[in-house]
Amino acid sequence: MTKWDLEGEQEWNDGQQAPQHYTLRLFITGASTNSIRAVNNLKEICETYIKDRYTLEIIDVHQERSIAEKEELIALPLLKKLTPYPERRLIGDMSDTAKVLKGLGIPEI
Amino acid sequence: MNTGPSESKPTLTLLPKSPTGIRGLDQVTNGGLPAGRPTLICGAAGSGKTLFSMEFLVHGAKTYNEPGVFVAFEEKTDELTVNVASLGFDLKKLQEEKLIKLDHVHVERSEIEETGEYNLDGLFIRLGYAIDSIGAKRVVLDTIESLFSGLTNQAILRAEIRRLFEWLKEKKVTTIITGEKGDASLTRQGLEEYVSDCVILLDHRVENKISTRILRVIKYRGSVHGTNEYPFLIDQEGISVLPVTSLLLNHEVSSERVSSGIPGLDKMLGGEGFFHASSILVSGTAGTGKTSIAGSFVNESCKNGKKSIYFAFEESPMQIIRNMKSINVDLQEHIDNGLLLFNATRPTLSGLEMHLLSITKLVDKFKPEVVVLDPISNLVTVGSTSEVKSLLTRLIDFLQSRQITVMFTALALNDNKAEQMDEGVSSLVDAWILVRDIESNGERNRGLYVMKSRGMKHSNQVREFVIADDGLKLVEVFLGPEGVLTGSARITQQLMEKTSVALRDHAVTRKDREIERKRSVLEARIASLQDEFESIQEELNKTYVEDELKKSIMEENRKELTRKRDDLQ
Repeated sequence: MTKWDLEGEQEWNDGQQAPQHYTLRLFITGASTNSIRAVNNLKEICETYIKDRYTLEIIDVHQERSIAEKEELIALPLLKKLTPYPERRLIGDMSDTAKVLKGLGIPEI
Repeated sequence: MNTGPSESKPTLTLLPKSPTGIRGLDQVTNGGLPAGRPTLICGAAGSGKTLFSMEFLVHGAKTYNEPGVFVAFEEKTDELTVNVASLGFDLKKLQEEKLIKLDHVHVERSEIEETGEYNLDGLFIRLGYAIDSIGAKRVVLDTIESLFSGLTNQAILRAEIRRLFEWLKEKKVTTIITGEKGDASLTRQGLEEYVSDCVILLDHRVENKISTRILRVIKYRGSVHGTNEYPFLIDQEGISVLPVTSLLLNHEVSSERVSSGIPGLDKMLGGEGFFHASSILVSGTAGTGKTSIAGSFVNESCKNGKKSIYFAFEESPMQIIRNMKSINVDLQEHIDNGLLLFNATRPTLSGLEMHLLSITKLVDKFKPEVVVLDPISNLVTVGSTSEVKSLLTRLIDFLQSRQITVMFTALALNDNKAEQMDEGVSSLVDAWILVRDIESNGERNRGLYVMKSRGMKHSNQVREFVIADDGLKLVEVFLGPEGVLTGSARITQQLMEKTSVALRDHAVTRKDREIERKRSVLEARIASLQDEFESIQEELNKTYVEDELKKSIMEENRKELTRKRDDLQ
């Protein structure tokens, strides 16, 4: 399992003005179409909106099936936003950019 | 009740079944749920779906060596564990033994944002992992419809659920899917479309403020099954379905006799009493001693070492015991010996089917030879006459199949028509004893009739039924010139007869004396006549002798004269 490494400092304590760091975890299932689309879509969104301010960890649930119960997985692909709070869960192939941004709490530019 | 037509089946590959271990259900479904296929259990809230599926899993794990996975969409695993602990299921232990795995799937719409295409792979993986980790053969999804409230894309959900069921079939696990009852369909989300192998409906009905739980197998592909509505019971031992039906009339019969406990009644019934394993109805108007008859019947069978159950629907056991003591019947003694069991419930406690269930359950547990229901009339308060009749038919069938003698008491109304009705059971029973008030001369007495008694010679006579301090007795009614006499009229008539006998006796002796006197008078007269006759005879004899004498003397004289003359010549 890849550990996510924090890029730069964690700045969620500094109020709303300061740029926040996003810790994201994406659960996928192998090389299914939905998974590949989700990875690509998410990477594009992150690069566009929160470049250098995010950590993305991609987990293939097939590789470690016990994680499914631990993480309460049902629908996949699932994106978990761990920080900033509150924690959010997004499901789907991340093709609806507006909804992804809304879910992650990133203002559209 | 049909238990085993399977042995005569040809050797075709039959649908393999997975026994539920739920009492009675395997009988209804002819062996259990379809093995390796999904079964839908649907019903309204509180109809027992979760409990049903949990029992299926626990019995599978404990009895049939089939571990199971319980996926709870509604209840948390801790709650579930506590909920079923009351039934004696130790889920914690079973989980530790890897026989059962509980998994709570939490779906909350507000926490989830849908951003495009997705599927339920997470659930698949989770379930697959759970199944593989304990080698599960059984799976429960309770209730999968919760997904519909958590996820919005219906098209995806439906496709995924269909895929899930196919996948479970491939996995060869026997699955129970529960579903909440919908308005127009069996389940809210139309799950029955996907599960087409077996559908069982649970219902919880309230009629006349009395609830009855009902189970019905709506569909069972590839198998015969009972189609009726079967009542079921949830109690400390879990679910029990008792398919008490009256399909067959093939129970064994016995020619053994059992005494009624009243010698006079036995005498009326061919001298020996009722047949063993027969059904007896004792009907009569209020206060005619029906309970006393039932009490002495139970007493007699307990005395003979036969176990008995007394179902009382009107009086408490204490009350019956006290009352029976007044006629010299000690039931407490039999209770202490473990031969007699009292079960007193108000009929209104539960629905008719529940009564039948609890009766059959208790009978199976206690295994009595004699059962008394006192009185069945009160059951009408919780059901219609036809329902009561159906209940009693099934009860009689059930008891006869177990070779149990049953006595019902029934209250008959005072008019003649009602007497023939008796909840319509008089045609069902083998023997019918009727106790009736006979009212005359300002008092009421009890007359006992044997209305029918199948297969034995029985008296057509009316007997007066007397409840005395030393027990029940039958007295022959007195047939006087004025008709049937009972009670004090009988006693009066008997006294009158006694008087007339005395008078007649008296008259006879007086006449005898007169005859004696006449005889002595006549005899005296005969004696005097005899004397008279003798004196006359003597008188007559006297002249006769004199004549003879005279004659002989004259002869002598003549001879003398002749000789003398000769001498002179």
